[in-house]
Amino acid sequence: MPIHQIATVTKAEKENGIVTTLTFDTPLSHAQPGQFVMLWLPGFDEKPYGVAGVSPLRISVGARGPFSKKLCGMEKGDRVWLRGPYGKGFELKGKKILLVGGGYGFGPLRFLAEVARKRKVSATAICGARSKGLLMLPAACKTIFTTDDGSAGTKGNVLVAMKELLAKERFDVVYTCGPERMMSAVAYEAKAHKAGCQLLLERYMKCGIGICGHCCIGDKLVCIDGPMFGLEILENPEFCKVWRTKTGKRVPI
Amino acid sequence: MGVQSCPKEYMPHRTKGAFMLETTLCGIKLRNPLILASGIRGNSAGLLIRAGKEGAGAATSKSCSLLPHEGHANPTMVDIDGTYINAIGLSNPGVDDEIYEIREAVAKAGIPIIASFYAGKVSDFAAVAARISEAKPAMLEVDISCPSRKDALFSSYAKDASEVCLAVRDATSIPFSAKLSPDVPNIGEIARACVASGASCITAINTIGGMYIDAHARHAVLANSFGGISGAAIKPVALKSVYLVRKAIGPEVPIIGTGGVFTGIDAIEMLMAGATCVGVGTAIATRKESAPFKAIAQEMESFMKKEGYRKLADLKLQE
Repeated sequence: MPIHQIATVTKAEKENGIVTTLTFDTPLSHAQPGQFVMLWLPGFDEKPYGVAGVSPLRISVGARGPFSKKLCGMEKGDRVWLRGPYGKGFELKGKKILLVGGGYGFGPLRFLAEVARKRKVSATAICGARSKGLLMLPAACKTIFTTDDGSAGTKGNVLVAMKELLAKERFDVVYTCGPERMMSAVAYEAKAHKAGCQLLLERYMKCGIGICGHCCIGDKLVCIDGPMFGLEILENPEFCKVWRTKTGKRVPI
Repeated sequence: MGVQSCPKEYMPHRTKGAFMLETTLCGIKLRNPLILASGIRGNSAGLLIRAGKEGAGAATSKSCSLLPHEGHANPTMVDIDGTYINAIGLSNPGVDDEIYEIREAVAKAGIPIIASFYAGKVSDFAAVAARISEAKPAMLEVDISCPSRKDALFSSYAKDASEVCLAVRDATSIPFSAKLSPDVPNIGEIARACVASGASCITAINTIGGMYIDAHARHAVLANSFGGISGAAIKPVALKSVYLVRKAIGPEVPIIGTGGVFTGIDAIEMLMAGATCVGVGTAIATRKESAPFKAIAQEMESFMKKEGYRKLADLKLQE
């Protein structure tokens, strides 16, 4: 068995100012929403990316550093090498769910919305960004847009829309992905309304398979204990507080 | 190396009937001989504390150096059917930050902490040893054998290994183990030189140098091109190395036998080869139990009970 499987880009769609969604020629049918793959560009680098769709494989990439910018510049016919899927993804629970995503964190939630629709779970999504040009495309369910500057959708962050919605409706579980402080606020809000919550976390990752320990958050590893964590992560001493650099040095978030 | 009674501080999770696995390493009491190997989930206090909760007898931290080090680019580690290769590149925040991780782990892990470190030159080994000793780990481990380094390993020659050990011996009063590579003509000779130069223990083995290539990519899989192989494939090499080191250094000096230990039987075999304690690395990610060390310890115990062994010291090869 080769270590990496090769996937060829069939479509590269620019979704907004920073996000490109790549579609590949291969399915990854056993991957769950919230799980990730390690994408390798030989001779360059290898990084974890959340799966945005499985048949065929889709990945939404936000142009952020040299590697993601290179991915965003890919064209039809270009190849990537990948291993995975890895990690613990979202667990679909309840009959009525809410998806709250910030920035390109909305990508894995759209995949979850697709799965929810197939399983006849009622889903509503809130998709937030700083401004109109950074909003992601809607999910396969009712999607409420928010922008910090009010250039599209509700003015304000996702919390504004979430509070409004939770005042009227009850959800069994809230799924969230985006900046950690946003997810923290979303989780506390969900908890206050007695809903469950699943958060998708990120840390600098090396091996991706639970050995090197680099992606630790407290005594948890994002790669195998996560990236999906439940409300218990709010008690983790490093949640929303500590990020580790490439060297492993603790830095405040 | 008889089994002695253990002080409470290192036995918080001891369960009834687990006494048969108690042991001593460099005067330190361990509830069982299973030690989290260096480089495996040992880069934060939280993870070292977790090793204690998962049943390890002791835990070794990720090697640190005098200054921060980013390590190699990814891919840094991949697995192929249970055999792993890595070249993480010794990434670490540097001893000044590492000292806080070790301090916290020493205070909270409930098991002895072994602080691992490395350097590029002899004087730096002494400097890191002195500094990391301030965190009061139970033991130190000197990594002189990481195979992802581009330059020659200190453990390749008895003279170099010995110089490092002498420098560390003079820099700290904490007992230390020298971690050796099997990629040498005579590991016994290197081990003997380390012991003669002040090492109180030998850790054998580090990963074995190796390389994977992806033909389609026309590239080495590891960004560093080559790295160290771990997992089931290296157990026979580890057993042979421990066996030879034991022959070379005599019955008294302890050995931490590391490499390819996944089950209780693997650990027993490592002890039979001559090890005093057993390093566990890759296995903690592949075993699906929530407490892999406890699971391995239970397998050791049930083997010992079934075969009529009462203590670890009786686990010896037949003459």
